Amino acid sequence: MTLSLYLEVLLQGILTGLVYGLMALGLSVIFGVVRVVNFAHGEFAVLAMYAAFVLFTALHVDPILAAIPVAALFFVIGWLLQRFVVQPFIVRPQHDQFILLVGLAIVLVNALLMIFGPDSRHTNLSYSYDSWFIGPIIVDKVRAYAAAAAVVVSAALFAFFRFTLLGTAIRACADNLTGAAVVGLDVKKLYALTFGLGLACAGAAGAIMVALTDVTPMLAPSFTLLAFTIVIVGGLGSMAGALLGGLLIGVVEALASILVEPSMKSMVSFALLVGVLAFRPQGLVGKPA
Amino acid sequence: MIAELFAGVSTRARVLLVLLAVVMLAAPLVLDRYLVSVLILVCLAAYTGQAWNILLGFAGLLSLGHALYLGLAAYISAGLYVHFGIGPWLGVFPAVAVCVAVAALLGWLAFRFRIEGVYFALLTIAFAEVARIGFDHIGFTGGAGGFFLPVRSEDQGQWWNLRSGPTFFYYLALLLAAGAFLLCAVLRRSRLGHRWLAVREDPEAAQALGIHINRARMSALLLSAGMTGIAGVFQAFYANNLFPSQIFDISRSIDLILAPIIGGVGTLFGPILGAFVLAPLGEVLISITGAIGLNAPGTKALVFGLFLMAIIAGVPTGLWPRLASLLRLRSVGR
Repeated sequence: MTLSLYLEVLLQGILTGLVYGLMALGLSVIFGVVRVVNFAHGEFAVLAMYAAFVLFTALHVDPILAAIPVAALFFVIGWLLQRFVVQPFIVRPQHDQFILLVGLAIVLVNALLMIFGPDSRHTNLSYSYDSWFIGPIIVDKVRAYAAAAAVVVSAALFAFFRFTLLGTAIRACADNLTGAAVVGLDVKKLYALTFGLGLACAGAAGAIMVALTDVTPMLAPSFTLLAFTIVIVGGLGSMAGALLGGLLIGVVEALASILVEPSMKSMVSFALLVGVLAFRPQGLVGKPA
Repeated sequence: MIAELFAGVSTRARVLLVLLAVVMLAAPLVLDRYLVSVLILVCLAAYTGQAWNILLGFAGLLSLGHALYLGLAAYISAGLYVHFGIGPWLGVFPAVAVCVAVAALLGWLAFRFRIEGVYFALLTIAFAEVARIGFDHIGFTGGAGGFFLPVRSEDQGQWWNLRSGPTFFYYLALLLAAGAFLLCAVLRRSRLGHRWLAVREDPEAAQALGIHINRARMSALLLSAGMTGIAGVFQAFYANNLFPSQIFDISRSIDLILAPIIGGVGTLFGPILGAFVLAPLGEVLISITGAIGLNAPGTKALVFGLFLMAIIAGVPTGLWPRLASLLRLRSVGR
């Protein structure tokens, strides 16, 4: 009985962790290539949650399907953001970039607060409470769909970087910026593209997340922290690390919520972050500096 | 020593400084209660701004979790007062000691592996968040429901327990702000200050000169944390209520850094100027948006966020260097 409970929670953690991983993937891609830390990442994810929420309430679009248009929209936002706001900061000290994006994060979260108010909004899907039985384990349908969607989007991104010319060009920028510029790559364009892709990840993850949890503007800073924790635990700049970190944090938080107390679950992931920083600062997958 | 501080400062600057001091000292005699409370916010923001500025402006480390020290010291001093009857003038010592110890732990974790830049900022946020969630669960200080200091009329006038009127708090805040300014001015010209600047500008070159990078960074962190702790004690006894979700929140940490960034990171007058711009602006925004029925705290934060972005994009050195050259002071950029 208790074993099946643990297995259930473990599976829940894995499924939620895949969605977390997708969100963190966006942060990792942006940092890995553009070398800018998107401090407003969680804020964008929450913005996407509201976009999916509005699509659902107004047009009855399933949030998991809404991930596609929302991701497309966020790609455009990311492109424009990089082109017009972040690009002039590329040569500036790191803390200036950080403060700029902190400012953006404040603006986003308070704009959401003014429009939607502080109350949490719930998306009631027709299959919200459906589940499957695998032996003694209960699997939430909605969580399984959400995880599957996150895997599909992540796989598409991996394939893009692995197999397309454009993806290879972006990886070249990440590996050797000067070299990339010497062989004639348009670095500015590739940066804008990368930022777009990173925000598209946040957008897709946010839209999918609406199916799993209620949305309030207050989620935003905690999502930013969550994404950072995942990326650092996994290894900054490593795409596989982001997904692995997502899984790990998802599982750890799920287990913590039954072993300790639900409201203290993020404390456990911070403990993990501190542990990783103290003993393996390059992250689980990253190479030693 | 004080005379040494003024070496190289133009007469014009000296006159303006004395004028500012006189105006600030005389302010409560002419202003009403509300305006005095705004000035308290100004002084407090100037004080915490100086403390934070030591870390980023002098030593080059970005902390986005300074609310940690504010909250820790506030809770400790308030807890000692409420549960054990120990007044804040004594309570400030253990409160600051704990802040320094926690900062030492953070610094030890961070500096051992050269965790700097983004990672350092993140670690500071993580520490503050752990404290926020932790204090939500500590029943001894009220948990998430908040911790309240008794406000009794018979305690009024007990300045030794910080149970006093706004004028008293104003002069205390002014003293803190002025003290921090003088301390930073001294530090700026000290050997330690020069070490910080060397580490900030080029850690490797500094190390080559024989400067112990980690020690320099650690000293800035401990000092900054301890100073912020003192503001936490003030905050606890001034506000009389503490909520983990407010005092440890990331938005509080950001409030603490706005004044020095807008005024000018690394300058002595930046935090003061920033505080003078922001606190009144915040009050005006709240009264305007309240009057037209908008979400006032949201609008204020939104405008501050835009302001922050505009400053960092347009005037990255902050407003003070601009104002200093406008006033034709010699201390441009300081």
